[in-house]
Amino acid sequence: MKREPLLHPGLNLGSTDEYAHNEAEPVIFGFWVFLMADLVLFAILFATYASMSVQGQADGPTPTDVFDLPSAFIETMLLLASSITFGMASLALKYKADGLHLVFWLGLTFCLGAGFVGMEVRDFWVMTQEGAVPQRSGFLSAFFLLVATHGIHVTAGLFWMIVLLVQLRVLGRTTAVKLRLMRLALFWHMLDIVWVCIFTFVYLFGVAQ
Amino acid sequence: MKGDAMTHKHVETYARDFRSYCIGGVLALALTALAFWLVMFEILPDFERLIAISILAVAQIIVHFRFFLHISWYSHRDDLQLVLFTSLILFLMVGGTIWILFNLHERMM
Repeated sequence: MKREPLLHPGLNLGSTDEYAHNEAEPVIFGFWVFLMADLVLFAILFATYASMSVQGQADGPTPTDVFDLPSAFIETMLLLASSITFGMASLALKYKADGLHLVFWLGLTFCLGAGFVGMEVRDFWVMTQEGAVPQRSGFLSAFFLLVATHGIHVTAGLFWMIVLLVQLRVLGRTTAVKLRLMRLALFWHMLDIVWVCIFTFVYLFGVAQ
Repeated sequence: MKGDAMTHKHVETYARDFRSYCIGGVLALALTALAFWLVMFEILPDFERLIAISILAVAQIIVHFRFFLHISWYSHRDDLQLVLFTSLILFLMVGGTIWILFNLHERMM
């Protein structure tokens, strides 16, 4: 079968909704450009962390002392699962005319995302109780800045999800709401990609060194 | 299936889209589990382990872009080129920063 041309990143609506499909192209391309800029922000934080985590430990704790690897593993699994459930929500948006599937998968994504943020806040709390606070050393400043920036992005995504669930209820599946959901999907998957870098270059590198 | 707008063609594309997320999910889970396994059980010597988890991370990022964000050579716009160009900029910025700061660090020791 011939492939439908992909007009933009993310799941294309294609022939299931020709009108929204054509509307989507410039809107989602614009959002894609924003996401690239957001990646640059994260890259700067990663560069800061990379040098600080080695050179900026002062007399404070080392990464091995403060990182809780099993906890990071659970967070990783929660976020990855939420990425997959958001994929299912995108499929429901494209193929299922009833809103039930979509709301179910979005709700599940929200719970997994909230679980992730909850675990992360718990980790931060445990670290501060051990005296590993941001002002302790350059390493910890850079760590909290990088990981919390990601956490704030996820939290913003959760608020965004609530707003869209309300819009789905009030406005229904209009073209505008569909396009917003597709942009949230890109945002969410991109945050998972950033997290792949965080768990590898922050947590695993910190413990493996 | 009338209200569902699922014509015969859509059943096929649905199967393909669904498969894409499944393949992506399985690969991502496997790559994540492998990376954590290497570190938690201290498989491989230190340096090789760092190289291995870096490669796993890059592989997982590609999996995410391909199967979750559906970036491919078939894209109509320059989505892929934009990602590759951004990656180049990020590589120069991060690589350059690390290079300079570690060099400085060694000289200050």
